[in-house]
Amino acid sequence: MANEFVKKKSGEVKKASIKKLIVIALVYVGVIVLVNSGILGYQYRNLLVSVSVNIIMAVSLNLVTGFLGELSLGHAGFMAIGAYTGSLITLHLELPMWLEIIAGLAGAGVMAAIFGLIIGIPVLRLHGDYLAIVTLAFGQIIASILNYAKSITGGASGLSNIPEYTTSKHYILVITLVILSVVIISNIMKSRYGRAITAVRDNYIAAEATGVSIRNYKIFAFVVGAFFAGIAGFIFAHNVGIIKPNKFDFNMSINILVIVVLGGMGSIRGSIIAAIILTVLPEMLRDIQDYRMLMYAVLLIAAMLFNNSKLRKHLVDDGALKKLFTRKKKEA
Amino acid sequence: MALLEVKNLGISFGGLRAVDNFNISIKQGQLYGLIGPNGAGKTTIFNLLTGVYRPTDGSILLDGKSIVGQSIHKISQEGIARTFQNIRLFGKMTVLENVKVGLHNEYKYSLLASILQYPTIKKEAEMNERAMEILKVFGLEEDAKLLASNLPYGQQRKLEIARALATNPKLLLLDEPAAGMNPNETLELMDTIRLVRDQFNVTILLIEHDMKLVSGICEELTVLNFGTVLAQGKPEVVLNDPKVVTAYLGE
Repeated sequence: MANEFVKKKSGEVKKASIKKLIVIALVYVGVIVLVNSGILGYQYRNLLVSVSVNIIMAVSLNLVTGFLGELSLGHAGFMAIGAYTGSLITLHLELPMWLEIIAGLAGAGVMAAIFGLIIGIPVLRLHGDYLAIVTLAFGQIIASILNYAKSITGGASGLSNIPEYTTSKHYILVITLVILSVVIISNIMKSRYGRAITAVRDNYIAAEATGVSIRNYKIFAFVVGAFFAGIAGFIFAHNVGIIKPNKFDFNMSINILVIVVLGGMGSIRGSIIAAIILTVLPEMLRDIQDYRMLMYAVLLIAAMLFNNSKLRKHLVDDGALKKLFTRKKKEA
Repeated sequence: MALLEVKNLGISFGGLRAVDNFNISIKQGQLYGLIGPNGAGKTTIFNLLTGVYRPTDGSILLDGKSIVGQSIHKISQEGIARTFQNIRLFGKMTVLENVKVGLHNEYKYSLLASILQYPTIKKEAEMNERAMEILKVFGLEEDAKLLASNLPYGQQRKLEIARALATNPKLLLLDEPAAGMNPNETLELMDTIRLVRDQFNVTILLIEHDMKLVSGICEELTVLNFGTVLAQGKPEVVLNDPKVVTAYLGE
Protein backbone atom coordinates (compact mmCIF):
# COMPACT_ATOMS: atom_id res chain seq x y z
CA MET A 1 0.00 0.00 0.00
CA ALA A 2 2.65 2.48 1.06
CA ASN A 3 4.85 1.36 -1.81
CA GLU A 4 2.12 1.85 -4.33
CA PHE A 5 1.57 5.32 -3.01
CA VAL A 6 5.25 6.15 -3.37
CA LYS A 7 5.38 4.80 -6.90
CA LYS A 8 2.34 6.81 -7.80
CA LYS A 9 3.91 9.80 -6.14
CA SER A 10 7.23 9.56 -8.01
CA GLY A 11 5.25 9.02 -11.22
CA GLU A 12 3.38 12.20 -10.37
CA VAL A 13 6.67 14.00 -9.81
CA LYS A 14 7.91 12.93 -13.25
CA LYS A 15 4.64 13.99 -14.83
CA ALA A 16 4.87 17.32 -13.01
CA SER A 17 8.39 18.00 -14.28
CA ILE A 18 7.37 17.18 -17.86
CA LYS A 19 4.41 19.51 -17.45
CA LYS A 20 6.73 22.18 -16.13
CA LEU A 21 9.05 21.85 -19.16
CA ILE A 22 6.07 22.14 -21.50
CA VAL A 23 4.88 25.28 -19.72
CA ILE A 24 8.36 26.82 -19.96
CA ALA A 25 8.56 26.00 -23.68
CA LEU A 26 5.10 27.50 -24.20
CA VAL A 27 6.13 30.69 -22.41
CA TYR A 28 9.15 31.07 -24.69
CA VAL A 29 7.18 30.35 -27.86
CA GLY A 30 4.34 32.58 -26.73
CA VAL A 31 6.59 35.53 -25.98
CA ILE A 32 8.58 35.13 -29.20
CA VAL A 33 5.38 35.00 -31.25
CA LEU A 34 3.86 37.96 -29.40
CA VAL A 35 6.96 40.11 -29.86
CA ASN A 36 7.78 39.21 -33.46
CA SER A 37 4.32 39.04 -34.96
CA GLY A 38 3.50 42.59 -33.97
CA ILE A 39 0.44 41.57 -31.93
CA LEU A 40 2.01 43.52 -29.08
CA GLY A 41 2.32 47.20 -29.86
CA TYR A 42 5.47 49.10 -28.98
CA GLN A 43 3.94 50.24 -25.72
CA TYR A 44 3.16 46.71 -24.55
CA ARG A 45 6.46 45.33 -25.74
CA ASN A 46 8.14 47.73 -23.36
CA LEU A 47 5.87 46.53 -20.58
CA LEU A 48 7.34 43.05 -20.96
CA VAL A 49 10.33 44.04 -18.84
CA SER A 50 8.21 45.76 -16.17
CA VAL A 51 6.03 42.67 -15.96
CA SER A 52 9.14 40.53 -15.61
CA VAL A 53 10.57 42.71 -12.84
CA ASN A 54 7.27 42.63 -10.98
CA ILE A 55 6.97 38.86 -11.32
CA ILE A 56 10.40 38.31 -9.75
CA MET A 57 9.67 40.90 -7.06
CA ALA A 58 6.28 39.40 -6.22
CA VAL A 59 7.44 35.78 -6.18
CA SER A 60 10.43 36.65 -3.97
CA LEU A 61 8.30 38.73 -1.60
CA ASN A 62 5.84 35.85 -1.46
CA LEU A 63 8.63 33.73 -0.06
CA VAL A 64 8.82 36.02 2.98
CA THR A 65 5.20 37.13 3.28
CA GLY A 66 3.31 34.11 1.97
CA PHE A 67 5.48 31.15 2.90
CA LEU A 68 7.24 32.44 6.00
CA GLY A 69 4.21 34.50 6.98
CA GLU A 70 6.09 37.69 7.90
CA LEU A 71 4.86 40.99 6.52
CA SER A 72 7.73 42.81 4.82
CA LEU A 73 7.27 46.44 3.75
CA GLY A 74 10.84 47.04 2.62
CA HIS A 75 11.19 44.77 -0.37
CA ALA A 76 11.98 47.71 -2.66
CA GLY A 77 15.05 48.34 -0.48
CA PHE A 78 16.59 45.04 -1.58
CA MET A 79 15.67 45.88 -5.15
CA ALA A 80 17.46 49.23 -4.83
CA ILE A 81 20.59 47.52 -3.55
CA GLY A 82 20.54 45.13 -6.48
CA ALA A 83 19.91 47.94 -8.95
CA TYR A 84 22.76 50.12 -7.65
CA THR A 85 25.25 47.29 -7.18
CA GLY A 86 24.51 45.84 -10.60
CA SER A 87 24.69 49.23 -12.30
CA LEU A 88 27.96 50.18 -10.62
CA ILE A 89 29.46 46.90 -11.78
CA THR A 90 28.36 47.26 -15.41
CA LEU A 91 29.29 50.97 -15.45
CA HIS A 92 32.81 50.44 -14.16
CA LEU A 93 33.78 47.13 -15.71
CA GLU A 94 35.08 47.11 -19.25
CA LEU A 95 34.22 43.59 -20.28
CA PRO A 96 32.25 41.91 -23.06
CA MET A 97 28.52 42.41 -22.54
CA TRP A 98 27.76 38.88 -21.39
CA LEU A 99 30.48 38.82 -18.79
CA GLU A 100 29.32 42.19 -17.48
CA ILE A 101 25.77 40.90 -17.22
CA ILE A 102 26.82 37.79 -15.33
CA ALA A 103 29.07 39.77 -12.97
CA GLY A 104 26.36 42.41 -12.50
CA LEU A 105 23.64 39.88 -11.75
CA ALA A 106 25.84 37.99 -9.31
CA GLY A 107 26.89 41.19 -7.57
CA ALA A 108 23.32 42.50 -7.41
CA GLY A 109 21.95 39.25 -5.97
CA VAL A 110 24.74 38.68 -3.48
CA MET A 111 24.81 42.25 -2.17
CA ALA A 112 21.03 42.26 -1.72
CA ALA A 113 21.29 38.88 0.02
CA ILE A 114 23.88 40.29 2.44
CA PHE A 115 21.43 43.06 3.33
CA GLY A 116 18.75 40.37 3.65
CA LEU A 117 20.96 38.71 6.23
CA ILE A 118 21.35 42.00 8.11
CA ILE A 119 17.60 42.64 8.18
CA GLY A 120 17.08 38.96 8.98
CA ILE A 121 18.65 39.40 12.42
CA PRO A 122 15.94 41.67 13.93
CA VAL A 123 13.47 39.24 12.40
CA LEU A 124 14.49 36.77 15.09
CA ARG A 125 13.29 39.05 17.85
CA LEU A 126 10.21 40.49 16.20
CA HIS A 127 7.25 39.37 14.24
CA GLY A 128 3.90 40.53 12.97
CA ASP A 129 3.19 44.28 13.02
CA TYR A 130 6.47 45.11 14.74
CA LEU A 131 8.54 43.41 12.10
CA ALA A 132 6.53 45.11 9.36
CA ILE A 133 7.49 48.50 10.80
CA VAL A 134 11.15 47.48 11.05
CA THR A 135 11.22 46.45 7.39
CA LEU A 136 9.51 49.71 6.50
CA ALA A 137 12.24 51.64 8.34
CA PHE A 138 14.85 49.51 6.63
CA GLY A 139 13.56 50.59 3.22
CA GLN A 140 13.81 54.24 4.31
CA ILE A 141 17.38 53.74 5.55
CA ILE A 142 18.43 52.32 2.19
CA ALA A 143 16.86 55.26 0.38
CA SER A 144 18.66 57.81 2.58
CA ILE A 145 22.01 56.03 2.29
CA LEU A 146 21.65 56.10 -1.49
CA ASN A 147 20.85 59.82 -1.26
CA TYR A 148 23.82 60.73 0.91
CA ALA A 149 26.57 58.50 -0.48
CA LYS A 150 26.95 60.92 -3.40
CA SER A 151 30.45 59.89 -4.44
CA ILE A 152 29.31 56.33 -5.14
CA THR A 153 25.62 56.52 -5.90
CA GLY A 154 25.37 59.97 -7.45
CA GLY A 155 23.03 61.19 -4.70
CA ALA A 156 19.54 62.33 -5.54
CA SER A 157 20.27 62.55 -9.27
CA GLY A 158 21.20 58.87 -9.22
CA LEU A 159 23.10 56.87 -11.81
CA SER A 160 22.63 57.37 -15.51
CA ASN A 161 23.94 55.96 -18.78
CA ILE A 162 23.51 52.45 -17.41
CA PRO A 163 24.02 50.09 -20.35
CA GLU A 164 20.65 48.90 -21.63
CA TYR A 165 21.18 45.18 -21.32
CA THR A 166 17.71 44.13 -20.29
CA THR A 167 15.40 46.23 -22.45
CA SER A 168 12.62 44.62 -24.44
CA LYS A 169 15.16 44.12 -27.25
CA HIS A 170 16.83 41.52 -25.07
CA TYR A 171 13.55 39.91 -24.13
CA ILE A 172 14.95 36.38 -24.36
CA LEU A 173 17.47 37.17 -21.60
CA VAL A 174 14.79 38.80 -19.46
CA ILE A 175 12.33 35.93 -19.88
CA THR A 176 15.09 33.44 -19.10
CA LEU A 177 15.90 35.29 -15.87
CA VAL A 178 12.24 35.30 -14.87
CA ILE A 179 11.84 31.59 -15.57
CA LEU A 180 15.05 30.73 -13.73
CA SER A 181 14.01 32.80 -10.70
CA VAL A 182 10.53 31.30 -10.56
CA VAL A 183 11.76 27.73 -11.06
CA ILE A 184 14.49 28.08 -8.43
CA ILE A 185 12.13 29.60 -5.87
CA SER A 186 9.39 27.06 -6.49
CA ASN A 187 11.87 24.16 -6.36
CA ILE A 188 13.20 25.41 -3.03
CA MET A 189 9.67 25.77 -1.70
CA LYS A 190 8.87 22.20 -2.65
CA SER A 191 11.97 20.85 -0.92
CA ARG A 192 12.75 20.22 2.76
CA TYR A 193 13.82 23.87 2.99
CA GLY A 194 10.45 25.13 1.86
CA ARG A 195 8.69 22.66 4.09
CA ALA A 196 10.66 23.93 7.07
CA ILE A 197 9.73 27.54 6.22
CA THR A 198 6.02 26.77 5.99
CA ALA A 199 6.23 24.73 9.19
CA VAL A 200 7.66 27.79 10.97
CA ARG A 201 4.76 29.85 9.59
CA ASP A 202 2.05 27.37 10.61
CA ASN A 203 3.33 26.76 14.13
CA TYR A 204 6.78 27.90 15.16
CA ILE A 205 6.63 26.21 18.55
CA ALA A 206 5.89 22.83 16.99
CA ALA A 207 8.43 23.44 14.21
CA GLU A 208 11.21 24.04 16.69
CA ALA A 209 10.16 21.06 18.82
CA THR A 210 10.28 18.93 15.65
CA GLY A 211 13.93 19.84 15.12
CA VAL A 212 13.59 22.76 12.69
CA SER A 213 15.80 25.73 13.57
CA ILE A 214 13.47 28.72 13.43
CA ARG A 215 16.41 31.11 13.40
CA ASN A 216 18.08 29.55 10.37
CA TYR A 217 14.97 29.21 8.28
CA LYS A 218 13.65 32.68 8.99
CA ILE A 219 16.96 34.21 7.95
CA PHE A 220 17.15 31.83 5.01
CA ALA A 221 13.78 33.01 3.69
CA PHE A 222 14.81 36.66 4.00
CA VAL A 223 18.16 36.05 2.29
CA VAL A 224 16.69 34.16 -0.66
CA GLY A 225 13.88 36.73 -1.02
CA ALA A 226 16.42 39.57 -0.98
CA PHE A 227 18.69 37.82 -3.48
CA PHE A 228 15.95 37.65 -6.10
CA ALA A 229 14.79 41.20 -5.35
CA GLY A 230 18.39 42.16 -6.16
CA ILE A 231 18.16 40.32 -9.48
CA ALA A 232 14.92 42.17 -10.23
CA GLY A 233 16.70 45.43 -9.37
CA PHE A 234 19.42 44.65 -11.91
CA ILE A 235 16.87 44.03 -14.65
CA PHE A 236 14.99 47.21 -13.70
CA ALA A 237 18.14 49.37 -13.81
CA HIS A 238 19.39 47.98 -17.11
CA ASN A 239 16.00 48.54 -18.69
CA VAL A 240 15.41 52.18 -17.82
CA GLY A 241 19.06 53.28 -17.91
CA ILE A 242 18.64 55.82 -15.10
CA ILE A 243 18.04 55.03 -11.43
CA LYS A 244 17.30 57.38 -8.55
CA PRO A 245 16.76 56.63 -4.86
CA ASN A 246 13.14 57.81 -4.93
CA LYS A 247 12.27 55.12 -7.49
CA PHE A 248 12.61 52.51 -4.75
CA ASP A 249 10.41 54.10 -2.14
CA PHE A 250 7.65 52.83 0.09
CA ASN A 251 5.17 52.97 -2.82
CA MET A 252 7.12 50.39 -4.75
CA SER A 253 7.17 48.01 -1.78
CA ILE A 254 3.42 48.45 -1.34
CA ASN A 255 2.74 47.83 -5.03
CA ILE A 256 4.58 44.53 -4.83
CA LEU A 257 2.75 43.62 -1.63
CA VAL A 258 -0.56 44.34 -3.39
CA ILE A 259 0.43 41.88 -6.13
CA VAL A 260 1.30 39.20 -3.58
CA VAL A 261 -1.94 39.67 -1.64
CA LEU A 262 -4.06 39.68 -4.79
CA GLY A 263 -2.34 36.58 -6.16
CA GLY A 264 -2.78 34.79 -2.86
CA MET A 265 -0.34 34.30 0.01
CA GLY A 266 1.86 31.33 -0.63
CA SER A 267 0.77 30.88 -4.24
CA ILE A 268 3.59 31.31 -6.75
CA ARG A 269 1.28 30.91 -9.71
CA GLY A 270 -1.06 33.51 -8.23
CA SER A 271 1.79 35.98 -7.80
CA ILE A 272 2.76 35.60 -11.45
CA ILE A 273 -0.77 36.11 -12.73
CA ALA A 274 -1.39 39.07 -10.42
CA ALA A 275 1.93 40.65 -11.44
CA ILE A 276 0.94 40.45 -15.11
CA ILE A 277 -2.57 41.81 -14.54
CA LEU A 278 -1.56 44.65 -12.21
CA THR A 279 1.29 45.78 -14.46
CA VAL A 280 -0.72 45.73 -17.67
CA LEU A 281 -3.93 47.14 -16.17
CA PRO A 282 -2.76 50.77 -15.69
CA GLU A 283 -1.57 50.76 -19.30
CA MET A 284 -4.94 49.47 -20.53
CA LEU A 285 -6.69 52.17 -18.52
CA ARG A 286 -4.63 54.91 -20.19
CA ASP A 287 -7.56 55.74 -22.49
CA ILE A 288 -9.73 57.00 -19.65
CA GLN A 289 -6.96 59.38 -18.59
CA ASP A 290 -8.12 61.37 -15.54
CA TYR A 291 -10.02 58.49 -14.04
CA ARG A 292 -7.20 56.04 -14.51
CA MET A 293 -5.95 55.78 -10.93
CA LEU A 294 -9.52 55.85 -9.62
CA MET A 295 -10.49 53.00 -11.91
CA TYR A 296 -7.36 51.09 -10.96
CA ALA A 297 -8.22 51.40 -7.28
CA VAL A 298 -11.83 50.38 -7.85
CA LEU A 299 -10.78 47.31 -9.84
CA LEU A 300 -8.33 46.45 -7.09
CA ILE A 301 -11.07 46.55 -4.48
CA ALA A 302 -13.30 44.42 -6.71
CA ALA A 303 -10.53 41.89 -7.20
CA MET A 304 -9.87 41.64 -3.45
CA LEU A 305 -13.59 41.21 -2.78
CA PHE A 306 -13.81 38.48 -5.39
CA ASN A 307 -10.80 36.73 -3.91
CA ASN A 308 -12.59 36.52 -0.56
CA SER A 309 -16.03 35.78 -1.95
CA LYS A 310 -18.15 32.67 -1.61
CA LEU A 311 -18.12 32.32 -5.38
CA ARG A 312 -14.38 31.85 -5.44
CA LYS A 313 -14.48 29.53 -2.44
CA HIS A 314 -17.09 27.52 -4.25
CA LEU A 315 -14.93 27.28 -7.34
CA VAL A 316 -11.96 26.18 -5.29
CA ASP A 317 -14.06 23.64 -3.43
CA ASP A 318 -15.26 22.31 -6.72
CA GLY A 319 -11.67 21.86 -7.76
CA ALA A 320 -10.93 19.95 -4.59
CA LEU A 321 -14.01 17.81 -5.18
CA LYS A 322 -12.81 16.98 -8.67
CA LYS A 323 -9.46 15.84 -7.30
CA LEU A 324 -11.17 13.58 -4.80
CA PHE A 325 -13.15 11.92 -7.56
CA THR A 326 -10.16 11.23 -9.79
CA ARG A 327 -8.30 9.76 -6.83
CA LYS A 328 -11.18 7.45 -5.99
CA LYS A 329 -11.33 6.24 -9.56
CA LYS A 330 -7.66 5.31 -9.53
CA GLU A 331 -8.06 3.31 -6.37
CA ALA A 332 -11.03 1.37 -7.71
CA MET B 1 22.15 3.11 32.99
CA ALA B 2 18.90 4.97 32.67
CA LEU B 3 17.95 6.65 29.38
CA LEU B 4 16.75 9.77 31.17
CA GLU B 5 18.30 10.80 34.44
CA VAL B 6 16.97 13.99 36.02
CA LYS B 7 18.48 15.20 39.28
CA ASN B 8 17.39 18.02 41.61
CA LEU B 9 15.65 19.81 38.76
CA GLY B 10 14.13 23.15 39.71
CA ILE B 11 12.88 26.33 38.11
CA SER B 12 11.69 29.64 39.55
CA PHE B 13 9.61 32.22 37.75
CA GLY B 14 10.32 35.35 39.75
CA GLY B 15 9.34 34.41 43.28
CA LEU B 16 7.33 31.35 42.22
CA ARG B 17 9.02 28.01 42.61
CA ALA B 18 7.23 26.07 39.86
CA VAL B 19 9.28 22.89 40.08
CA ASP B 20 11.50 22.00 43.00
CA ASN B 21 13.93 19.15 43.64
CA PHE B 22 12.47 16.96 40.91
CA ASN B 23 14.15 13.60 40.35
CA ILE B 24 13.27 10.96 37.83
CA SER B 25 15.04 8.04 36.27
CA ILE B 26 13.52 6.35 33.22
CA LYS B 27 14.94 3.14 31.81
CA GLN B 28 15.26 2.38 28.12
CA GLY B 29 11.95 1.09 26.74
CA GLN B 30 9.91 2.04 29.79
CA LEU B 31 6.37 3.45 29.69
CA TYR B 32 6.41 6.07 32.39
CA GLY B 33 3.53 8.18 33.69
CA LEU B 34 3.62 11.66 35.18
CA ILE B 35 0.42 12.59 37.00
CA GLY B 36 -0.82 15.20 39.41
CA PRO B 37 -3.45 17.90 39.92
CA ASN B 38 -3.76 20.87 37.58
CA GLY B 39 -0.98 23.38 38.04
CA ALA B 40 1.32 20.84 39.69
CA GLY B 41 4.04 21.58 37.14
CA LYS B 42 3.77 18.60 34.79
CA THR B 43 3.88 20.56 31.54
CA THR B 44 6.60 22.78 33.02
CA ILE B 45 8.70 19.64 33.41
CA PHE B 46 8.09 18.78 29.74
CA ASN B 47 9.15 22.31 28.85
CA LEU B 48 12.29 21.90 30.93
CA LEU B 49 13.13 18.58 29.29
CA THR B 50 12.65 19.97 25.77
CA GLY B 51 14.58 23.19 26.31
CA VAL B 52 11.66 25.61 26.23
CA TYR B 53 12.64 26.69 29.76
CA ARG B 54 16.14 26.68 31.16
CA PRO B 55 16.22 25.13 34.63
CA THR B 56 17.46 27.35 37.48
CA ASP B 57 19.14 24.31 38.98
CA GLY B 58 19.59 20.61 38.52
CA SER B 59 20.75 18.37 35.71
CA ILE B 60 19.14 16.47 32.84
CA LEU B 61 21.05 13.60 31.29
CA LEU B 62 19.79 11.89 28.15
CA ASP B 63 21.72 8.72 27.45
CA GLY B 64 24.43 10.02 29.77
CA LYS B 65 24.74 13.34 27.97
CA SER B 66 23.71 16.65 29.53
CA ILE B 67 21.14 18.56 27.49
CA VAL B 68 20.67 21.51 29.82
CA GLY B 69 21.04 24.85 28.04
CA GLN B 70 20.74 23.43 24.53
CA SER B 71 18.30 24.99 22.09
CA ILE B 72 14.93 23.38 21.45
CA HIS B 73 15.70 22.07 17.98
CA LYS B 74 19.08 20.68 19.13
CA ILE B 75 17.36 18.75 21.92
CA SER B 76 14.94 17.37 19.34
CA GLN B 77 17.93 16.22 17.31
CA GLU B 78 19.44 14.68 20.46
CA GLY B 79 16.38 12.46 20.64
CA ILE B 80 13.55 13.98 22.67
CA ALA B 81 10.26 14.42 20.81
CA ARG B 82 7.00 15.69 22.23
CA THR B 83 3.33 16.34 21.62
CA PHE B 84 1.41 19.27 23.04
CA GLN B 85 -1.51 19.57 25.42
CA ASN B 86 -3.26 21.92 22.98
CA ILE B 87 -2.61 20.30 19.61
CA ARG B 88 0.00 22.07 17.52
CA LEU B 89 -0.04 20.83 13.95
CA PHE B 90 1.04 22.56 10.76
CA GLY B 91 -2.57 23.25 9.84
CA LYS B 92 -2.14 24.46 6.28
CA MET B 93 0.08 21.55 5.33
CA THR B 94 -1.11 18.06 4.44
CA VAL B 95 -0.99 15.13 6.83
CA LEU B 96 1.89 13.66 4.85
CA GLU B 97 3.83 16.94 4.91
CA ASN B 98 3.38 17.22 8.67
CA VAL B 99 5.16 13.90 9.09
CA LYS B 100 7.78 14.89 6.53
CA VAL B 101 8.66 17.94 8.63
CA GLY B 102 9.37 15.42 11.37
CA LEU B 103 11.74 13.66 8.97
CA HIS B 104 13.53 16.97 8.33
CA ASN B 105 16.77 15.96 10.03
CA GLU B 106 16.58 12.28 9.07
CA TYR B 107 16.73 12.79 5.32
CA LYS B 108 19.02 15.64 4.36
CA TYR B 109 20.08 17.08 1.02
CA SER B 110 21.77 20.31 0.01
CA LEU B 111 20.17 23.52 -1.18
CA LEU B 112 21.78 23.03 -4.58
CA ALA B 113 20.19 19.58 -4.82
CA SER B 114 16.79 21.10 -4.03
CA ILE B 115 17.24 23.70 -6.80
CA LEU B 116 18.38 21.13 -9.38
CA GLN B 117 15.84 18.62 -8.04
CA TYR B 118 18.54 16.01 -8.17
CA PRO B 119 18.89 13.72 -6.30
CA THR B 120 16.03 15.30 -4.38
CA ILE B 121 13.33 13.30 -6.13
CA LYS B 122 14.78 10.03 -4.88
CA LYS B 123 15.23 11.37 -1.34
CA GLU B 124 11.69 12.77 -1.33
CA ALA B 125 10.37 9.39 -2.50
CA GLU B 126 12.20 7.72 0.38
CA MET B 127 10.74 10.29 2.75
CA ASN B 128 7.25 9.65 1.40
CA GLU B 129 7.71 5.95 1.90
CA ARG B 130 8.92 6.35 5.49
CA ALA B 131 6.18 8.88 6.27
CA MET B 132 3.53 6.52 4.92
CA GLU B 133 4.89 3.67 7.05
CA ILE B 134 4.54 5.84 10.13
CA LEU B 135 1.07 7.05 9.13
CA LYS B 136 -0.02 3.46 8.62
CA VAL B 137 0.76 2.63 12.25
CA PHE B 138 -1.81 5.26 13.20
CA GLY B 139 -4.32 4.31 10.50
CA LEU B 140 -3.88 7.68 8.84
CA GLU B 141 -2.55 6.52 5.49
CA GLU B 142 -5.85 7.19 3.72
CA ASP B 143 -5.81 10.79 4.94
CA ALA B 144 -2.26 11.54 3.78
CA LYS B 145 -3.36 14.20 1.32
CA LEU B 146 -5.83 15.98 3.60
CA LEU B 147 -4.94 19.25 5.26
CA ALA B 148 -4.00 18.59 8.87
CA SER B 149 -6.51 21.15 10.11
CA ASN B 150 -9.32 19.22 8.39
CA LEU B 151 -8.75 16.05 10.41
CA PRO B 152 -11.12 15.20 13.25
CA TYR B 153 -9.80 15.88 16.73
CA GLY B 154 -8.80 12.33 17.62
CA GLN B 155 -6.88 11.91 14.37
CA GLN B 156 -5.09 15.20 14.95
CA ARG B 157 -3.79 13.85 18.26
CA LYS B 158 -2.54 10.75 16.49
CA LEU B 159 -0.91 12.80 13.75
CA GLU B 160 0.98 14.77 16.39
CA ILE B 161 2.38 11.52 17.78
CA ALA B 162 3.23 10.35 14.24
CA ARG B 163 5.08 13.59 13.55
CA ALA B 164 7.00 13.30 16.82
CA LEU B 165 7.99 9.71 16.00
CA ALA B 166 9.23 10.76 12.57
CA THR B 167 12.13 12.56 14.28
CA ASN B 168 13.34 9.12 15.37
CA PRO B 169 13.39 9.96 19.09
CA LYS B 170 14.87 8.00 21.96
CA LEU B 171 12.37 9.53 24.35
CA LEU B 172 8.81 10.49 23.45
CA LEU B 173 6.91 12.91 25.69
CA LEU B 174 3.13 12.79 25.39
CA ASP B 175 1.23 15.66 27.00
CA GLU B 176 -2.30 14.41 27.79
CA PRO B 177 -2.69 12.21 24.71
CA ALA B 178 -6.20 11.11 25.70
CA ALA B 179 -7.57 14.60 26.42
CA GLY B 180 -10.94 15.05 24.75
CA MET B 181 -11.22 11.43 23.66
CA ASN B 182 -14.20 9.18 24.38
CA PRO B 183 -13.65 5.87 26.25
CA ASN B 184 -13.44 3.86 23.03
CA GLU B 185 -10.89 6.19 21.49
CA THR B 186 -8.90 6.05 24.73
CA LEU B 187 -8.81 2.25 24.61
CA GLU B 188 -7.63 2.41 21.03
CA LEU B 189 -5.01 4.98 22.00
CA MET B 190 -3.67 2.69 24.73
CA ASP B 191 -3.07 -0.04 22.16
CA THR B 192 -1.41 2.47 19.85
CA ILE B 193 0.93 3.72 22.57
CA ARG B 194 2.02 0.19 23.42
CA LEU B 195 2.48 -0.60 19.74
CA VAL B 196 4.53 2.55 19.26
CA ARG B 197 6.82 1.67 22.14
CA ASP B 198 7.45 -1.82 20.75
CA GLN B 199 7.64 -1.00 17.07
CA PHE B 200 9.68 2.20 17.25
CA ASN B 201 11.86 1.06 20.13
CA VAL B 202 11.16 4.26 22.00
CA THR B 203 10.87 5.17 25.66
CA ILE B 204 7.68 7.01 26.59
CA LEU B 205 6.94 9.53 29.32
CA LEU B 206 3.33 10.68 29.40
CA ILE B 207 1.20 13.16 31.29
CA GLU B 208 -2.39 12.02 31.69
CA HIS B 209 -5.47 12.59 33.81
CA ASP B 210 -7.32 9.51 32.59
CA MET B 211 -6.63 7.01 35.39
CA LYS B 212 -7.79 4.07 33.28
CA LEU B 213 -5.10 4.83 30.75
CA VAL B 214 -2.46 5.52 33.37
CA SER B 215 -3.07 2.34 35.38
CA GLY B 216 -3.58 0.40 32.14
CA ILE B 217 -0.29 1.05 30.42
CA CYS B 218 2.18 2.83 32.69
CA GLU B 219 4.85 0.65 34.26
CA GLU B 220 5.96 3.29 36.70
CA LEU B 221 4.50 6.55 37.95
CA THR B 222 5.58 9.82 39.44
CA VAL B 223 2.97 11.95 41.18
CA LEU B 224 3.62 15.66 41.25
CA ASN B 225 2.03 18.16 43.63
CA PHE B 226 2.94 21.85 43.95
CA GLY B 227 6.05 21.28 41.87
CA THR B 228 7.49 18.54 44.07
CA VAL B 229 7.40 14.75 43.89
CA LEU B 230 4.64 13.33 46.08
CA ALA B 231 5.12 9.66 45.30
CA GLN B 232 7.04 7.47 42.90
CA GLY B 233 6.85 3.79 42.01
CA LYS B 234 4.62 1.06 40.61
CA PRO B 235 1.10 2.23 39.69
CA GLU B 236 -0.74 -0.15 42.00
CA VAL B 237 1.33 1.07 44.98
CA VAL B 238 1.33 4.76 44.07
CA LEU B 239 -2.37 4.99 43.25
CA ASN B 240 -3.28 3.50 46.64
CA ASP B 241 -0.92 5.73 48.57
CA PRO B 242 -3.08 7.77 51.00
CA LYS B 243 -1.08 10.93 50.24
CA VAL B 244 -1.84 10.61 46.54
CA VAL B 245 -5.49 9.82 47.18
CA THR B 246 -6.01 12.97 49.26
CA ALA B 247 -3.96 15.29 47.02
CA TYR B 248 -5.13 14.16 43.63
CA LEU B 249 -7.54 11.26 43.31
CA GLY B 250 -10.03 12.16 46.04
CA GLU B 251 -11.58 9.86 48.60
